[in-house]
Amino acid sequence: MADMATHNAHHAQHDAFQHQFEDMEQQRDAGTFGMWVFLAQEIMFFGGIFAAYIVYRALFHDSFEIGSNLLNVKFGAANTVVLIASSLTMALAIHAAQAGKKGKTQVMYLLLTVLLGVIFLAVKFTFEWTADYHEHLIPGFGFIIRPEWGAAGSHVPMFFSFYFFMTGLHALHMIVGIPIILIIAVMAWRNKFDEVYHAPLEMVGLYWHFVDIVWIFLFPLLYLVGGRYLSNGGH
Amino acid sequence: MSTTVIAEIPGHELPSEERVNYLTVDHSVKSWLLTHDHKRIALLYLISITLMFFVGGFFAVLMRLNLIEPTGLVAPETYNKLFSMHGIIMVFFFLVPSIPATLGNFLVPMMIGARDLAFPRINLLSWYIYIVGAAFTMYAVISGGVDTGWTFYTPYSSTFSHSQVIPAAVGVFVTGFSSILTGLNFIVTIHKMRAPGLTWFRLPLFIWAMYATSVIFILGTPVIAITLFLLGLERLLHIGIFDPAIGGDPILFQHMFWFYSHPAVYIMILPGMGVMSELITAFSRKRIFGYTFVAFSSLAIAVISFLVWGHHMFVTGQSVYAGLIFSVLSFMVAIPSAIKVFNWTATLYKGSISYEAPMLYALGFIGLFTMGGLTGLFLASLATDVHLNGTYFIVAHFHYIMVGGAVMAYLGGLHFWWPKITGRLYPDGWARFAALVIFVGFNLTFFPQFVLGYLGMPRRYAVYPGEFQVLNVMSSAGASILGVGYIIPLVYFIWSFKYGPIAGPNPWGAKGLEWTTPSPPPTENFEEVPIVTEQAYNYAGTSESAHG
Amino acid sequence: MAGLLRIFSLYMTGLIQFGLENIASAAAWIPLHPPTASSIAQNVDLLYYFLTALTLFFTALIFGIIFFFMVKFRRRSPDEIPADTKTHLSLELTWTIIPTLITFVIFVWASVLYVRNSRPPESSMEMFVVGKQWMWHIQHPEGVREINEMHVPVGVPVKLTMTSEDVIHDFYIPAFRVKKDVMPGRYSSIWFQPTETGTFHLFCAQYCGTDHSEMIGWVYVMSPTDYAAWLAGGTKNESMAQMGGRLFSQLGCAACHTSDSSGRGPSLAGIYGTTQKMRDGNSKTVDEALIRQAIVNPNSITLPNYPPIMPTFQGQVNEEQVLQLIAYVKSLEPEERTTSSK
Repeated sequence: MADMATHNAHHAQHDAFQHQFEDMEQQRDAGTFGMWVFLAQEIMFFGGIFAAYIVYRALFHDSFEIGSNLLNVKFGAANTVVLIASSLTMALAIHAAQAGKKGKTQVMYLLLTVLLGVIFLAVKFTFEWTADYHEHLIPGFGFIIRPEWGAAGSHVPMFFSFYFFMTGLHALHMIVGIPIILIIAVMAWRNKFDEVYHAPLEMVGLYWHFVDIVWIFLFPLLYLVGGRYLSNGGH
Repeated sequence: MSTTVIAEIPGHELPSEERVNYLTVDHSVKSWLLTHDHKRIALLYLISITLMFFVGGFFAVLMRLNLIEPTGLVAPETYNKLFSMHGIIMVFFFLVPSIPATLGNFLVPMMIGARDLAFPRINLLSWYIYIVGAAFTMYAVISGGVDTGWTFYTPYSSTFSHSQVIPAAVGVFVTGFSSILTGLNFIVTIHKMRAPGLTWFRLPLFIWAMYATSVIFILGTPVIAITLFLLGLERLLHIGIFDPAIGGDPILFQHMFWFYSHPAVYIMILPGMGVMSELITAFSRKRIFGYTFVAFSSLAIAVISFLVWGHHMFVTGQSVYAGLIFSVLSFMVAIPSAIKVFNWTATLYKGSISYEAPMLYALGFIGLFTMGGLTGLFLASLATDVHLNGTYFIVAHFHYIMVGGAVMAYLGGLHFWWPKITGRLYPDGWARFAALVIFVGFNLTFFPQFVLGYLGMPRRYAVYPGEFQVLNVMSSAGASILGVGYIIPLVYFIWSFKYGPIAGPNPWGAKGLEWTTPSPPPTENFEEVPIVTEQAYNYAGTSESAHG
Repeated sequence: MAGLLRIFSLYMTGLIQFGLENIASAAAWIPLHPPTASSIAQNVDLLYYFLTALTLFFTALIFGIIFFFMVKFRRRSPDEIPADTKTHLSLELTWTIIPTLITFVIFVWASVLYVRNSRPPESSMEMFVVGKQWMWHIQHPEGVREINEMHVPVGVPVKLTMTSEDVIHDFYIPAFRVKKDVMPGRYSSIWFQPTETGTFHLFCAQYCGTDHSEMIGWVYVMSPTDYAAWLAGGTKNESMAQMGGRLFSQLGCAACHTSDSSGRGPSLAGIYGTTQKMRDGNSKTVDEALIRQAIVNPNSITLPNYPPIMPTFQGQVNEEQVLQLIAYVKSLEPEERTTSSK
């Protein structure tokens, strides 16, 4: 077996190599596996709040319907498309690296991903949430229960608590992810990634896809349960 | 092929104090606070966790002092804060991280022949996160304390308590991520970085235990995080999720809380069981009896632990059917633990047993854990749990497992690996004496509490009816002895850093890759990557094919 | 080997016998269990003793075997390496299966007891408990109210319907071996049948804040004649139903809930215990919980023929008054009812 000296010499050329590993392949393996484990933890994190949501949706069915119908499905749907597109651009960035394309291509796709992510956040914060604030739909910040909601009105704030908490938590994950993508983009600009080494790209990609998938669950659960797209307003 | 490890060539070996090791390689503060070395991080954790242990222990002393008098000695508000802070600190800042973050961090790479964990920087980050979480909680302590119990039940914690609930909840929330990152590191390391020849079934059982614990870290901790986050929002913004006055469900809080907190108790005991397997084999110089059974028992415990949380809620009014299901599952989770106890006992058969302090702790563990575990049957049984829930029986039950079990395993492990960690021997005479003091003090403290519980004395009582006084005084007397027992190792461990005899690489003659390195090890652990060709604990030197 | 095992088992048997024989005398100076004062207490104790014996047996067994091994297999020389022992699958299976069977026995035993104890007898006398920080308010249907005390007759099953005004409490009578959480916003219930007269502890067993340990009281079990005398004595009380009736008028309920079907709200005569269909097609039994819901959150109950116009009385009545209103509704005799009855 190689001793430390030859071991280090063997891997000296790859400056991203970390000494605790035996080779780059083990490093990449460990990194992606670690990201999967991290995502498992994230699933449990979001899972907890989804479980609570399901409980209250069952208990306060009518209130949640009213609340959901007050959300802007158009913006939500548009954001869904935007986020899925950002997953596409992320995948293209990784593909570019795997195919050995130049750093600039990877950077382009990464920046597109960031742009789409920023668009998502902009739509959410400046269009949806600001409007919600002005319409007094944010619990704890001047929420007004409207008489036309009738008997179910008292639990509409609960719906909005879940809405803001869940989409807020999701947005927080995006806000954390965007600078990380930018850092990776800087590394890509410096041509750090090629077909041999692009593990950080893969890991960030995994994270970003997860954030996308969470939204794909959030959107129907929050925006579409009102059923207003059906002619009679659903059940 | 023989195992290629550091050769202890007589005459060529440098005495420990001259050889550069992970402790001496750099003495600057910066090299400690910015270290990537898992061994140094383990020591950073050891110091922080020891500090938190004595803070939590101090609160326990005050509690037991108060309980000498039926009318109490401190104000009820104070007592309520004492037991809450004792619980929060001991559970989240001592028991959960204790073995994984100290012994686990130190030993996992060494036992598998690696140079470090998979993610050393994340390891360091996990320690800083622990410190931040501890800081929030200490702030809660010194700024008035928190009085909700470590269980934070709503609506008391969300609406009625006037104490520092949010800082305490934030502290626990933050520290949870320390556990998550530790678990992540262990899982990836164990999967991906085992030395050549080290197949899963050649791993030391400590590694299996760390693995099972890490699975619970990853899957369980996020749920308490989200639960406490929601509690904070409820307290701040009154969103109504847990307060029935505004439409919420306080039982939902309990479900979410216990969904983590039950697996959490297995986080607290599984590592101790891992240590047990190491101690029993080393001090009887025998292969573990039933290796596969013990390994799979760890996994079974981890899996089933997620299915039993409702046994904390038998008297909340949940349906009879839910009670039955959680009861039968709770019985099932006891079986793998029983299997382990039998296997450890059988390992002693025809062994060559010595009685150094680690072994005394191990043997104490087996007995006390057996008793604690069996008293769990009283609580898994629906009919008796109705009477015993919320009483001192519960307190006795979990202290038998947590203190009689986990803490004794922790101390046993510390003593066992102390020479490896520090390169020094501790005085074994004092250590055995302390183990005995702890054993006696522990039983005197907690056995009367079983009786108190059955008599009906509820827990978390600042004052109590006079007929319970005799047993309470016995318990408090025991607590004073227990406290002395814990201080003795603190003293001689610190003493040994400077004055303890120099330890060789393997003072116990134990098997395991960690014992093939110098004491203390160099930063890189192994000069050459070891190759493993035999199963764990192969004291008798038999080849693998000889075993069924 | 066989000889050693025999000696060992004789030793263990002797130890257990000695222990059990002495428990009785030990009980004299240190109390070991609370009074056995209810119909289920002895059965619960029996299970408890079995579990105690099991615990002591296995603890002694393990400790005993360990002690025995420690002595017999102590290290005799510093370099001693013992021979390997083979793993026995049959042994592993044995000590897996036997504990499983034992736990199964315990589970069945405990569950049968629990299920049996969970259903109050039909003839139970009802009482009502409201827990609040930091006291127990107990209401007898006849109207007598107590604070931190509960008088009950011996030999009669008593069913408690309980709720909390604020946080979660827990109603615990150790002598009866009964306990149940008492929660805000919902009703929980337990039952017991006292078998001995006497005075027994009542505790709150769910931490509820500052004076949790002061939220204690006494249960007085009296002979039926003494109980009847106690109930009748003192100032003349209105029954709960009568107090509820007064509230019913005072709060204006009678304006809509007339005794025929002509009011804006449904007639409540005889409605308790019936099953009512909701607007979404689901049926609900009219029990205490539903009536409470109707008072504090009326429009969460959607009756097909009535618009959701009933105002909420949350905040206008406390939990004890809700229980009085419920008692009143329960007391209303049915007139002509067209919906399905229980």
